[in-house]
Amino acid sequence: MSTHAEAIEHGHGPEAAHEALAHHFDNMEQQREAGALGMWVFIAQEVMFFGGLFLAYLVYRMQYPRAFMAASNHLDWKIGTFNTAVLIASSLTMALAVWATQVGRSRKVQVGFMAATVLLGLVFLGVKAFEYHDKYVDGLIPIAGWFNPHDPIPAGVTTGQYQMFFWLYFAMTGLHALHMIIGVGIIAPIMWMAWRGRFSPEYHGPVENFGLYWHFVDIIWIFLFPLLYLLGAHFKGGH
Amino acid sequence: MSTQTTPEARAQEWRGRFPTVNYLNADYGIKSWLLTKDHKRIGILYLISVTFFFAIGGAYAAAIRLELLTPLGDLMQSHTYNKVFTHHGIMMVFFFLIPSIPTTLGNFLVPMMIGAKDLAFPRINLLSWYIYMVGGALTFAALLFGGVDTGWTFYVPYSTNFSNTYVTLAGLGIFINGFSSILTGLNFIVTVHTMRAPGMTWFRLPLFIWSHYATSLVMILGTPVIAITILLLALERVAHVGIFDPALGGDPVLFQHMFWFYSHPAVYIMVLPGMGVISEIVATHTRKPIFGYSFVAFSSLAIAVFGFLVWGHHLFVSSQSVYAGMIFSLISFVVAIPSAVKVFNWTATMYKGSLSYDTPMLYAYAFIGLFTIGGMTGLFLAALGLDIHVHDTYFVVAHFHYVMVGGQVLAFLGGLHNWWPKMTGRMYPEGWARFAALVIFVGFNLTFFPQFLLGYMGMPRRYHAYPPGEPMWQVLHVMSTGGASILGIGLLIPGVYFIWSMRYGRFAPANPWPATGLEWRTPSPPPTENFAVTPVVTWEAYEYRPVEEMEVVGPGAPDAPAGGQHPANRGVETEEQP
Repeated sequence: MSTHAEAIEHGHGPEAAHEALAHHFDNMEQQREAGALGMWVFIAQEVMFFGGLFLAYLVYRMQYPRAFMAASNHLDWKIGTFNTAVLIASSLTMALAVWATQVGRSRKVQVGFMAATVLLGLVFLGVKAFEYHDKYVDGLIPIAGWFNPHDPIPAGVTTGQYQMFFWLYFAMTGLHALHMIIGVGIIAPIMWMAWRGRFSPEYHGPVENFGLYWHFVDIIWIFLFPLLYLLGAHFKGGH
Repeated sequence: MSTQTTPEARAQEWRGRFPTVNYLNADYGIKSWLLTKDHKRIGILYLISVTFFFAIGGAYAAAIRLELLTPLGDLMQSHTYNKVFTHHGIMMVFFFLIPSIPTTLGNFLVPMMIGAKDLAFPRINLLSWYIYMVGGALTFAALLFGGVDTGWTFYVPYSTNFSNTYVTLAGLGIFINGFSSILTGLNFIVTVHTMRAPGMTWFRLPLFIWSHYATSLVMILGTPVIAITILLLALERVAHVGIFDPALGGDPVLFQHMFWFYSHPAVYIMVLPGMGVISEIVATHTRKPIFGYSFVAFSSLAIAVFGFLVWGHHLFVSSQSVYAGMIFSLISFVVAIPSAVKVFNWTATMYKGSLSYDTPMLYAYAFIGLFTIGGMTGLFLAALGLDIHVHDTYFVVAHFHYVMVGGQVLAFLGGLHNWWPKMTGRMYPEGWARFAALVIFVGFNLTFFPQFLLGYMGMPRRYHAYPPGEPMWQVLHVMSTGGASILGIGLLIPGVYFIWSMRYGRFAPANPWPATGLEWRTPSPPPTENFAVTPVVTWEAYEYRPVEEMEVVGPGAPDAPAGGQHPANRGVETEEQP
């Protein structure tokens, strides 16, 4: 603490001159800590945001287990698995991008890993769009007046219960996809900063914090995938 | 008048109005305010905006009280009345009570009290104000286009399947506004963790900081749930997806659970900051350290934690299981413990203290008494059997107004008076302020105490008419409306003299009370970076000296400046200083 106070009094601590240091922080370490904690608090907020949907899922799955199993069969677990692999790979490239800035690799390496992350994210979103289109073709858009399943609904399951699954499917994966789209929007300026050579072992907060966000979005999918895709494997009327 | 002068000259003239260079005159012009990243200026922006929304909410309250003056619904039709009480609730809860103290006094004081130059994320802080304004504008637009009639609680299925008013637009405004609350909470948490001055340990923090930390936890963990709930409600309304609709397999009670999972903790967002303000005022104006500092500090966290576990007491008559009801009832009683810790500790602090009758302390006295009444009647409502009798009556209305108005609004006013010298550099007129505090106290009690009696006799809330055959009811309603008029006038008085004091009040010294907090160890108003030299804290919180000793050796802890000018501002005196 005393060195801390001395640095302030002299007005030129060893890192005080760094161009990325905001005026209200004493040093780069404090700035980095504040940014990281801010992102963790934001993620806590996101958990509660998604939590509302997970609660609704829990309530209705307990109430309508048969409907959920039957409806889950309409999702292709092979496509879901492929997308899960794509997303985990994008988390890996993002982790490598954070590492590249932390150890001071060249800007080409930094940008390369980030570009790979974006690319994998876009592949995920493309597959997701294809899946959504599939549901549209099968009449499974859960909006009043649109919901008209082409395949027969199993006995003992009402249309409303069946629709509930697809509504939760679209709400949860849609909110997840929205987070990915926002993520792609956020990483674009970070890539630009990396290309300009702004990141170094001393200053890489934006990359690190974006990495936390991206991994969080990834983890949400890790929960969504089994909850939505893997319910109906042992259901008799399934594929 | 000054159209011919250059902007530079006008800035110079503006600067000359203050004895020092400070955050108010450091920059000049509307742009310097709208694009500011200074937490103190953002606090002022918020102060102006929450006052605006408070005035709108107050106008609707006046309409409610006018209608209830007579038993018959003769001023407005029932449908109009539904809109009026809904607008009152939405404006007051979402756009005044929740942001009131954290975004104004909190924004202004949190960095100063911990010895920081600013909040951790100044740009996010400004963004939160813009989000608040966008949310407020959308909701306000919904009211202007024709309004909402669901009540501020937006219960389904009425709000989704039947109401043909602007539910979606108002909901969108509240949804957006939620993010402003989240960003404020995020900023406070990170600031308190990472920006404390050297020597400012957790247990040297002012209790205002502890209560704001607890408030921020609730903001972070609760607000996203109301956001997703309102989003689901809007989608249900627009697309009829069926999540809350029994006809499609949905469950309307799920909405109530999700709504109150936020909205009950939100009650603590509304009152915890007020408790922080009262802790500061009580210590300063009795010249004593807070009795049982760590108990008061942890009681804030306990309230935040228990606050998340009691939402079911709003659902005692909504098909919730009896066993769930019993547990929610029990935990609701448990929340009374940390609240009572605060009340008892404030009282114990006052014991043998040098009690002052300055305006902030008058509000603190009122807060402690009224919050006790509000809290104790809350226990009536937490009791399973009694709640069924008074559920949805004026008893509930009176209860939460005792906590919200008698608690938070009075704490807000007390805090404004306490820190007005710091915020504006001017003193408010003490005589008028004491008079206004008295008027507000009388008006408040006359408005809301009769409502306890009305509710216990069976007057339901949200009704625009009541039976003329019940003579006592009209007497009580007339008392309530009369009290509301007095309260309204009482609230206008500070509005007038605060604005007056900004130009004509006498200049405030750095530490007028005097108090021990870091915010008082810098000039009034503070310079943009708060402190010329980052303070090093070597003393405990609230090291007050008794008045007799203070007269000899000075106000506070050993190394407090004697109240003179800040080194950064020496030599910038102007001829205007008296």
